[in-house]
Amino acid sequence: MSGLQIVVLGSIVPDPLQTLEPVATPQGPGLKNELMLPAVLDPWAAQALYESAALAAKVPGSKVTLVSLAPKAKLQQVMMAVSQKVPFELVALDGPAGGFVDAHETAAKLAAAVKALPGLDRARLLVCGGWESGSRGSGTTLQMVGELLEIRDQFQGVDQIAVKPDGSFDVLERVEGGKHQVSICKGPPAVLGWATGNLPEPKNNPQVGMANMRVVMPSLQKAAAAPVGLGGVEFVSVAVPKVQRQTRIVKDAPVDQIAREIVEWIGQD
Amino acid sequence: METVSSSAPAPERQSMAVDIACVGFGPAMAGFLAVLARRLSAPEKPIDSAAAPGMPLQVVCYERADDIGFGVSGVVTRARGIRAVFTDLDPAQIPMATPVTEEKTVYLLDPVGASRRSAALRAGEAAMRAFRFALRFEHDAVELPYTPDFLHKSDGLILSIGQFMQWAGSQVLGTGAVQLWPSTPVAEALLEEGKVAGVRLLDQGVDRQGKPEGAYLPGMDVRAALTVVGDGPVGAVGRQLDATLGMPGHNARREWAVGMKFVVDLPEDTPLRPGTVLHTLGFPEPEIFGFLYVHPDRVASVGIFVPSWFESPARTTYRYLQHYLQHPYLWRFLKDAKLRSWGAKSILESGRRGEPFLAGHGYARIGESSGSTNILTNSGVDEAFTTGALLAEGVIALLEAGKPFTKENLDEAYVARRRASWVEAEGRVAEKARDGFQKGVVTGLVGMALAGMTRGKLAVGEEPGHPADQLESLETYYAGKIPAAEIARIRRDCQARGVPLHDALMDRAGWPAVPYDGKLLVTHQDALLMGGKVQAPAGYADHVVFVKPAVCEDCGQRVCVEICSAEAIRPGDRGVPTFDREKCVHCGACLWSCTQKIDEKGTTNLSFRAGTGGLHSAEN
Repeated sequence: MSGLQIVVLGSIVPDPLQTLEPVATPQGPGLKNELMLPAVLDPWAAQALYESAALAAKVPGSKVTLVSLAPKAKLQQVMMAVSQKVPFELVALDGPAGGFVDAHETAAKLAAAVKALPGLDRARLLVCGGWESGSRGSGTTLQMVGELLEIRDQFQGVDQIAVKPDGSFDVLERVEGGKHQVSICKGPPAVLGWATGNLPEPKNNPQVGMANMRVVMPSLQKAAAAPVGLGGVEFVSVAVPKVQRQTRIVKDAPVDQIAREIVEWIGQD
Repeated sequence: METVSSSAPAPERQSMAVDIACVGFGPAMAGFLAVLARRLSAPEKPIDSAAAPGMPLQVVCYERADDIGFGVSGVVTRARGIRAVFTDLDPAQIPMATPVTEEKTVYLLDPVGASRRSAALRAGEAAMRAFRFALRFEHDAVELPYTPDFLHKSDGLILSIGQFMQWAGSQVLGTGAVQLWPSTPVAEALLEEGKVAGVRLLDQGVDRQGKPEGAYLPGMDVRAALTVVGDGPVGAVGRQLDATLGMPGHNARREWAVGMKFVVDLPEDTPLRPGTVLHTLGFPEPEIFGFLYVHPDRVASVGIFVPSWFESPARTTYRYLQHYLQHPYLWRFLKDAKLRSWGAKSILESGRRGEPFLAGHGYARIGESSGSTNILTNSGVDEAFTTGALLAEGVIALLEAGKPFTKENLDEAYVARRRASWVEAEGRVAEKARDGFQKGVVTGLVGMALAGMTRGKLAVGEEPGHPADQLESLETYYAGKIPAAEIARIRRDCQARGVPLHDALMDRAGWPAVPYDGKLLVTHQDALLMGGKVQAPAGYADHVVFVKPAVCEDCGQRVCVEICSAEAIRPGDRGVPTFDREKCVHCGACLWSCTQKIDEKGTTNLSFRAGTGGLHSAEN
């Protein structure tokens, strides 16, 4: 095999540390002060990117392309943090990244962008993304992209992939009971929805960053507008999950005690 | 800066070459990169890279924080320099920005009776209360009928520095001409025979002591023809250059303050209009000044400054801030407000007297750490931004002329521009403006007025000494309020409980308990979590180090523990404080509050090094 074409689909979400408050906007539900909130690459998609880069490093001739539909200015800022992590190329689509946009409309734009990649070879294509999303998204976009690209081999909740010399690969998918289902796939094309995987977040490497930005910045500058909307859906009400915080600082508490208190706390509901 | 000797072989470091390496992305670097990037992106006049032949000029900027908008400063600025660069600046395009519409200076009396006030102040306040009918007296405060022109920002803007930096960053990045790398601290400058040859990034994959662990990645050497240092007042690189290359004349960093603020949602029925600016003085202690700025959409920044000349060794910014919020004059606006964000930073208040060598072979200094802050007008952001823009003009001139970045060329191209600028002219006027505060608050205010109204020709007081020498003992500070024997008991009790002294001392001095409401009045730890969203990535060394633990054991004050903005420094065994890297917001107040000098140069026992993490809020 002459290397994999790995396409990672991933957008941005508010930094998970931020306090989120839903509000109604003329464009539908949104977050209060959304433009002011710092953003990160969706943690699930980020894991997919890091796993994909590790896979590409093992299969000579492989290349990773991140296709991202997000507001260009925010995406540009996020890329400065992500680009130091692993080598990739970027295809940027300038559009809304909020989780209330219609997944099918987003999937259509993403699928079109994948189809338009120069030199696309389905026999080498792996489409990766997050199994879930850190945004308000329903987590269905990746499957839809796969369907629109007519890729029938789809795996969700992936924690590991091992490519063999003949191009086939083993996939570990999460199943009930904390176990993995092992599948053997003949080879690309396939869709892989990543769970948390096994790899730590890569260290910042300035040389990787410098190399990436030579292609990332031009891509951002020529990002095509990709308007996506609500798909005709009307949201009657929106709320964030109820958050309970009880802070207590205890030094050197034994693990058993921590576990016992957590179980008791959960049992209070 | 101390060096760590080791018999271990030097690690194999990666190295790369760029043309210009920049340290820290604050307002000064925004000014530098905005002007430089605009020139570099002009297609008709390309400037080629010497470091990467065939490529455009390679300009990289490394920022310690995890995003380019995690700076702290709710700021009111005249924005002259900012507007000169962004000539079509529209505040409506910058979240939380708005023109100043109303500006007041307010003297806050002490409604609690717990603060330490001089006889002169007490007499003044008695007179204010007696003649309240003739004054703008309301809610235990007097709105001053007159504020000198030099203090006014009436033609200026209220900004959130976090949001301004995000906006400025997008302007810079949008050109595609420069690169900004957050989460990438610079450990030190590469000094070679008096020349700066680039920077070394911080080691990754190490334990708290800096020893390599499994995923060790030695910090890369980034070699550059020009290193632009704008890493702020407590930045490791600027202080390294000061320590290694010295300071001109008698210049030194002697005067500091820590600013701490809340960003709050005001209640729906707030009478405060966007653009309102309140400057306050008098409470919670006479030495502590405060502010309230109203942003659009019922958002306000409210905070205080605790200066290095405040003699109390138990100077806790957070506790004082909570009492400040509850002053009746402010509480009527804030009682139904809700915390959105929180943060703190040190401010170098030495002004021009803190100016280092502005340029040398291969480097230039800009921003607050270059002595640009105007200590008379209390203005720093616009001045810092302007120094960056001035450097960019000089650098462009040198690049276009094909001249190298030697000290002589940078003196001619940058330092001369700076000397001819309004930053310099106004900085000279301000140079001695605060000297009076060494003799007391009233003298300090008189000195500021004199300096302002005589254009710096007259001033009172004297140049401050080392900040470590400006503190009184607890027994002296609380004389007449808390007996020495009781202070000793409080010391023992707090040490046994592993908590700082300030709460017990302030409680005993008469400050009331803070009625936590979970919305605005929250515990210090909740402010970190709810407001600052503070965190730090794993795999980096501690950046606060107590160099000689024995010195800490013998220290009777431990101001580092009391002033720590984030409770990251706490009492430890045998008196040696502990440091929790994951709570630190990099305000640097501990650096200038350490009272234990360990050498003749005045180096103190607390080493504040390059580090990662900090605030994760972009609203400060």
